[in-house]
Amino acid sequence: MFSGFKGGIHPPENKHVAEDKAFTNLPVPQMCYIPLSQHLGAPAKPVVEVGQTVTEGQLIAEAGGFVSANVHSPVPGKVVEIKEINTVNNRQMAVVIEAEGAFSSSAQPRQTDDWEKLAPEEILRRIREAGIVGLGGAAFPAAVKLSPPKDKKIDILIVNGSECEPYLTVDDMLMQTFPKEIIDGTRMLMKVLGVTRAIIGIENNKKKAVQALKKTLASMSIKEDIAVKALRTKYPQGAEKQLIYSLTGKQVPSGGLPMEVGVVVQNVGTIFAAREAVVFSKPLFERYITVSGKMINKPGNYKVRLGTRISDIVEECGGLKGEPAKIVIGGPMCGLSIHSLDIPVVKGTSGILFLSKDEVKTGDFSQCIRCGRCVAACPINLVPCDLGNAVEKNRYDLVEELRPLDCIMCGSCSYSCPSNRPLSHFIKLAQAWVRKQKK
Amino acid sequence: MTDIKETQGLILSNAPHIKTGDSVQKIMWLVVASLVPAAAFGVYTFGLHALVLIAASIISAVAAEALYQALLKKKISVIDGSAVITGLLIGMNVPPTAPAWMVVIGSFFGIIIVKQVFGGLGFNIFNPALGARAFMMASWPVYMTTGWVPFSGSNVLAGGVQNAAGLPQQAFDAITQATPLGALKEGPKILQEMNIGIGQLHDFLFSSSMIKSLFIGNIGGVIGETSALFLLIGGIFLLARRIITWHIPVSFIGTVGILAFAYYSAAGLSCPWMAVLFHLLSGGLMLGAFFMATDMVTSPVSAAGMVIFGVGCGAITFIIRIWGGYPEGVSYSILLMNAATPLIDRFTKPRVFGVK
Ligand code: SF4
Ligand code: SF4
Repeated sequence: MFSGFKGGIHPPENKHVAEDKAFTNLPVPQMCYIPLSQHLGAPAKPVVEVGQTVTEGQLIAEAGGFVSANVHSPVPGKVVEIKEINTVNNRQMAVVIEAEGAFSSSAQPRQTDDWEKLAPEEILRRIREAGIVGLGGAAFPAAVKLSPPKDKKIDILIVNGSECEPYLTVDDMLMQTFPKEIIDGTRMLMKVLGVTRAIIGIENNKKKAVQALKKTLASMSIKEDIAVKALRTKYPQGAEKQLIYSLTGKQVPSGGLPMEVGVVVQNVGTIFAAREAVVFSKPLFERYITVSGKMINKPGNYKVRLGTRISDIVEECGGLKGEPAKIVIGGPMCGLSIHSLDIPVVKGTSGILFLSKDEVKTGDFSQCIRCGRCVAACPINLVPCDLGNAVEKNRYDLVEELRPLDCIMCGSCSYSCPSNRPLSHFIKLAQAWVRKQKK
Repeated sequence: MTDIKETQGLILSNAPHIKTGDSVQKIMWLVVASLVPAAAFGVYTFGLHALVLIAASIISAVAAEALYQALLKKKISVIDGSAVITGLLIGMNVPPTAPAWMVVIGSFFGIIIVKQVFGGLGFNIFNPALGARAFMMASWPVYMTTGWVPFSGSNVLAGGVQNAAGLPQQAFDAITQATPLGALKEGPKILQEMNIGIGQLHDFLFSSSMIKSLFIGNIGGVIGETSALFLLIGGIFLLARRIITWHIPVSFIGTVGILAFAYYSAAGLSCPWMAVLFHLLSGGLMLGAFFMATDMVTSPVSAAGMVIFGVGCGAITFIIRIWGGYPEGVSYSILLMNAATPLIDRFTKPRVFGVK
């Protein structure tokens, strides 16, 4: 067995804040703000008009291209506005829906289909229709990932249950609560991909999840080769390339995609949602998230409708204990900090953290003392200090040979730097420069 | 410099939002703490003057840094502790009877010429303390190479070295006036005049009584280098606290050990292991390998680079000890490898993940 990837860091896990908190359903918000670009790729195009009545799960915007995703209404109600709003990472168009009328999914028993009777193409079609995207945070359209070009032979499906970001426990809870569904969903995606092997990789700090999946797997008599593997707890164990390496020993070539080594990776949350989409014909209009951090009164794992604003969530989670120093959407390593509570939960929102001053990094940065910690931490084997110094001194001529484009933006370098240097940010600037140069 | 801003009372910044608890300041002060046992032992064995020297070098190093930064209207950064380390190391690197004015000048030289002129912490090429030591060595060689405290006496932790090899009293006295490495280098000459062969010198230096004195620290030497035991305690603390990694100390010390074994085996010594121990425990090897070669600023950043750096330090140290003009080679070896660091960094870029 491989000991895992080189480098990486061990930040305080802080999972205890929301760990083992069973899922609670958050109430449906009065107003939903649904951005049209919640995924990687082209924004979706609205297919509803202001004043129109919509049902729960109705298509409100359709994929704007091959790499794009459909968007559905999270609530029954009326479209009151289509306007630009602030989202996690940009300002963009959103459909605003005011809830009214009956909820079909909560009221009616769902119709279930046996996916085993469906052809792979039909399963894929349903996943695409349902607007499923990667729920681990990247929000890459799932159907695109599941339809690799014909010349790429896929032989392993890797299920990402590593959840290496501190604080976040939503995938952990998902695996503990729905082990059967996740294995079933894994089998379903294996059928789509035509593979006979799947590995579910979980960091070994989630013992209950590992056990739940192992026990369930043992109790099911299935023909596929599915293995549950506990991985060393080390950030960024859940980064695609690192996860593939830890589980298979294969290195995804620089600049390449996992399919080049015959692998497709899907997050456990995505698999869960994809299965619901196929079996219950349920589009992606709600998701599970972790709400955590020292400043929220009721941290935990919640099921929320997409489009719910952070302010509504704060209210439902017992309010704030005081002024948070920082609010982060996603995990503390890769998430984005926000300054407004009006921002809605979108498909890629895995968590919302209300952090106190002592939980976040503060303070200025100073010059590099060449301690080498960033070099030791980098899972890609870059030399982040050199990149940072070059960018800081505006010596962009030096950056290209330092290969900034190989950086996976995991932030391990910045985390380790005793001089507080925003290394991954510097590298992002270097990336932008190199990309511009290549055009 | 900052990449953090505040909007409506909320901090906005780029990811990641959390960071290791180790700041530059914390790292530097932990290094200072790790040197305290060995420095305190030096003061204990060599007396008050040793304390005066250490205090004088620390104060002047801090003053030099503050003064320079004030004059150039830069941010005064002495609180980061790096100047304290430099001062402390300078104090620990002079013989116990050296004049205080010398370490004051040495500290000013180390901080201003070796460190600040290059741009301050992070930009200097040479270890400031070692630069200062080399400067003092060149300027006041007599003060830097004499005035050792003879190690035939005893201290509270260790009895005097026994004349295990049965050297004539006169020869024993002469040899124990120097440092052990000085004895290794100069001993043959002294003994030749008395018609005593080198074998007997080896028997004496590589005796278990000698090794014990070296380990605990009852020998002649600069203030901070004598006790391998206390230096190891500090070094292991730094390793355990992950302030330094094993790469430099292990490769440095290991190389000296391997070369000593090879050399003394080839020389036909019946028990080369004692010679190996002698070389590992004597001189400034522990001080250099754990506290000076590991200076972050002046050593390579990658693991492979650090190993090459350590091996280079070890090889040069041993070559100087055996064939060089000085009895001891630790500081020069580190300075030479400091100069090679940019080159080492260039050629030890780790292979990027996913690149064949
Ligand atoms: S350089 Fe990129 S890949 Fe390496 S640690 Fe920093 S953010 Fe991660
Ligand atoms: S971690 Fe920071 S101080 Fe250390 S080498 Fe990297 S950039 Fe420099």
